Amino acid sequence: MNRKINDFTWKIAGVAGDGILSAGLHMFAKTALRSGLYVFSNAEYPSLIRGGHNHLDVRVNEKEVHSHSKFVDLLVALNQDSIDYHIHKISENGGIVYDLDQPKIDMEYVKKKHINLYYIPLLKLATECGGKIMRNTVAIGASFGLLDFDVDILDSVIKDTFGKKGEVVVENNIKAARAGYDYAKEHFSTFGFKLEKRVRKNTVFLSGNEAITAGAIKAGCKFYSAYPMTPASSILSSMASQEKNYNIVVKHTEDEISAINMAIGASYAGVRSMTGTSGGGFALMVEGFGLASITETPLVVVEAQRPGPGTGMATHTGQADLRFIMHASTDEAPRIIIAPGDIDECFYETIHAFNLADKYQMAVVILTDKYLGESYMTTHEFNQSLVKIDRGKLLTDEQALKENDYRRYKVTADGVSSRTVPGQKNGQHVASSYEHDEYGFEREEEIIRMAMHDKRFRKLDQVKLELKEPELVGEKNADITIIGWGSTKGPVFEAIKLLKEKGLKANYLQIKYLIPFHTEKITKIMKEAKLTVCIEGNKLGQLAGVIKEQNGMDVNYKILKYDGRPFAPEDIAKIVESILQHKAEKIIVLNGYQEAHKTSDLKDIKNINFSKMITPQN
Amino acid sequence: MDKTRSALRFKQVSTQELPNWCGGCGDFNILFALKGAVAELDIPLENVVLVSGIGCGSKTPHFIKTYGFEGLHGRILPVATGVKLANKDLTVIAIGGDGDGYGIGAGHLFHTLRRNFDMTYIVQNNAVYGLTKGQTSPTSEKGFKSNSTPSGALEDATNPMVLGITTGATYVARGYAYDVDHLKKLIIGAVEHKGFSLLDVFQPCTTYNKIQTVAWYKQHLKKLEDDTSFDSKNKQEALKRAMQWGETIWYGKFYQERKSTYEEGLPQIAKASLLNQMRENQNIDISPLMNKFK
Repeated sequence: MNRKINDFTWKIAGVAGDGILSAGLHMFAKTALRSGLYVFSNAEYPSLIRGGHNHLDVRVNEKEVHSHSKFVDLLVALNQDSIDYHIHKISENGGIVYDLDQPKIDMEYVKKKHINLYYIPLLKLATECGGKIMRNTVAIGASFGLLDFDVDILDSVIKDTFGKKGEVVVENNIKAARAGYDYAKEHFSTFGFKLEKRVRKNTVFLSGNEAITAGAIKAGCKFYSAYPMTPASSILSSMASQEKNYNIVVKHTEDEISAINMAIGASYAGVRSMTGTSGGGFALMVEGFGLASITETPLVVVEAQRPGPGTGMATHTGQADLRFIMHASTDEAPRIIIAPGDIDECFYETIHAFNLADKYQMAVVILTDKYLGESYMTTHEFNQSLVKIDRGKLLTDEQALKENDYRRYKVTADGVSSRTVPGQKNGQHVASSYEHDEYGFEREEEIIRMAMHDKRFRKLDQVKLELKEPELVGEKNADITIIGWGSTKGPVFEAIKLLKEKGLKANYLQIKYLIPFHTEKITKIMKEAKLTVCIEGNKLGQLAGVIKEQNGMDVNYKILKYDGRPFAPEDIAKIVESILQHKAEKIIVLNGYQEAHKTSDLKDIKNINFSKMITPQN
Repeated sequence: MDKTRSALRFKQVSTQELPNWCGGCGDFNILFALKGAVAELDIPLENVVLVSGIGCGSKTPHFIKTYGFEGLHGRILPVATGVKLANKDLTVIAIGGDGDGYGIGAGHLFHTLRRNFDMTYIVQNNAVYGLTKGQTSPTSEKGFKSNSTPSGALEDATNPMVLGITTGATYVARGYAYDVDHLKKLIIGAVEHKGFSLLDVFQPCTTYNKIQTVAWYKQHLKKLEDDTSFDSKNKQEALKRAMQWGETIWYGKFYQERKSTYEEGLPQIAKASLLNQMRENQNIDISPLMNKFK
C-alpha cells in the first residue's frame, strides 16, 4: 500500500468544553511544527461556553500550507454529532477514531471511500491513566500511532502545555498519549497516511491575532485599550499577557467608545496606541474615529470582522464590513485601510500601520476577520531587522523649543503638519474636534474650513505614493485572474495550486490597501486579464463594487459567501474550473450548509430556493 | 508662590482667544478661578493638559496656554485617562458641563471614579443644556420645564457628590462660580490631591436656567469650611452633607482620602512614563515573545 506522506488533515470534533482547542492546537499542531512540518489550523465553534458543536482542523504538510482543506483524512469524533456532521468530508482511505459503543455510521459511504473505522476506548484509557479529561490526549496519541508519527516530540509539547499544572498532570498526559499510541499500534494495521519528521527550518506557529500583537509590540505600541469582542478578544488577552514583559499598559475599558477615545488620548500624549474590536464594537467607535481624523491624531484600529448585522454570528467569519470601514464617520474623513491576507502580513502590516499613522497623523484600520485572526499557521520567523520605526513629523523637545508661534495644524504642501506632545515647551496647542485654524482654535469661516478639509485629504495623496502597488501573483498568461482581499488569500493560493494540477492557469490580484486605492494599477491589470473573478465573503460583492466605482469596470464573475464560514480552496478551484468551462453564472453564491449540518436540522428551510447558490459536492 | 509672580503668571496663562459666553455666565468665573489656580500652582504650563468635551464651558482649553484637547461630547474622561496613562508626569485636568459628564458621559464617569487616576475633573454644572439652547439636564430639578420637557422633567436630579463619594473618588468637592476665591482653592486642592478629584461647580445659566439663579444659590448655599465641626475625612458625615438637598445645600470640600492610585498599581510605569520609555527605546526585541510560538 502506498501511504500518503506529510499531506494530511486531522480533525477533532465534539462539544464545547471537551478541550478540543487546547488538545488540537497545543498538542497535535505543535508536535507537527517541532517535527519540521508546516501546519494550518482553524477552529469552528459556536458562541457558547459549554455544549454546541466544536471542531478543529489541523492540516499538516511537507511544505508551507496557506489554508484549511475541505476534506478530512482522520476524524476524531468525540460524539455521534461529530460523525454525522463530518463523515461525508472524509477523504478516500481516511479514518474515524471514535469510542462510541454503537455509533451510527453511513456504512455505504464508508465502503465507497474505503474509510477505516478505528474504535479506540478513549475514555477507558484516559480513566486508567488518571482522568476522563485526558480523552483528547489519548486520541492524539492514537492518531500518532495510526500515522506512525514520532511520539517523543509529543512528550515535550505535553510538558510545555501542562507544565504549569504540575508534574502529575504532565506525567498522566504523557501516559495517556502513550496508551492511545500503543492501542492504535497494537490493534490496527497500516493507515493510508503517514507523518514523517523533517529538518525544521526557523519556523513559528501563531494566529493572525498573535501576529498583530507581536507586530504592535515590535512597532513600539505602548497602549492598548479595548472591550472584549470576538473575534478580536484574543488581541486584548495576548496584549495583556505581555503587559509586564514589554511595559505596555493594556486597558479593558467600559465600552468601545471609551476604548477608542482612550487610545486617542494616549496617542495625543505621544505614545503609540491601538484599539481593536469587531464590527459591533466599531459601530460604537465611529464618532471617535472621526475625532482622530479631525484632530489628526495617529491611531491604529484593528477590526476583526464577523457576520452581522447586530450581534450576528459572534464566532464566525465574514468580509462584509468593508463598506462600513471605508465610510465610517460623519462627513468625509480620510483614513488608511489595510487588509492583511495572512499571518506574515498581520505582523508586518501592523508595524506599517503604526508608521503610517504617525507619518500621516491619521487613523489606520487593520481589517481582518475571524478566519485570519483566529487561524494558526506555520510561517518563518519574522525578520526583526527589517523593521524601521518612523514617527514622522513629531518634533523633538529641542525643535519644539525653537517655536515661537507654533501652529499645530499648519497648512502644508503635503498636508502633514509638525506635531508636538504635552510636556514639550512652546508646543502648546488645542486639539479640537471642532473645525479649527492652524493653531487649533475653533473656526467656522468658509475659507478656513475648506483649507483644513483639503489639507487633511491631501495627506492621502502622499500615502498613495508611498504604498506599494498591488501585483499579480502566479502565472503570467493566466486564463483567469482571481481578485480578492484579506483572508481569502490563503484559500485562493491553495486553489491556484489545485487548478495547476489540472493544467488550469490562474493568477491572483490581492488588494491589500483599500484606502487609498491603486485605481490605475488595478485597471491596468484588469484590462490585461483574460477573465476576472472577484471573491469575497459578503453578499453584495463589496470589493467588486468599489472597483466599479473607481474605474468603471465590472469583474466578469463574482464568487460570494456569507454563511459565516471560510472559503475552502477545493470549492474555489471547482468554481473557477466551471467558469473556465463557461458553465458558471456571473454571480456565484457559495454555501456550505449541507456539509456543516445534519440535513434533519434544516428540514424547514431546505426547500427554500437558494437562487444561484452552489453547494459543491465532494 | 508670591503674589507678584502669581499675578505675572496669570497674564502668561491666557491665550489670544476670548470667550463669547453670555453676560453673567458662571463659566467666566470658573475660567478665572482655573487660570488663577494654574498660575498659582508651580507647574510648567506645558505639563498641564486640559481635556474638555462639548458644551459652553468645554471651550475653556482655548483660553489657557496649556496643552488642550477638546474632544467629543461625553468622552472627556476616556481621553483624559489615555493622556494620563501615556504620560503619568502630566497634570491632567478634565473639564466639561453637567450634560457632558452626568448625561451622555455618565457611563465613563462611573467607571473612572472606580479607578482613582491621579487627575482632576471639574464639572461646570448649571443644571441645564446651554449650547443646545436650554434643554433639561441630569442635574435639573424634578419638574424643570424646558423645550425638551415642556410639562416638567419626570426624573429626579442626580447627585454627583453622592455618586463621587460612594463610587471611589478620593477628593469630592462642590464649588460655586460666584465664590471665585474659594473655587480657586478647591481647584488647587483637587490638583494637588493624589487621586481622582471630582469637583462639581454650581454656576447659574443666566439665559436658560430661571430656577437655579444667583438669588436661589444665595438663599440655599452654605459653605462646609464655615462649619468647624465638619471633618472631610469622615465618609459617613460627608455622605450625610452631600445628601442634604433642601433649605440648605452644602458646598466646599466634602471628602478626601489617600488611596493608592490606578497608576501606582502599574509596575510598567513605576520607573518612567510610557512616553519616556518609548523615547528611550525604539528598537524592541520581541524574540522572547516569538519563543512562545515555537
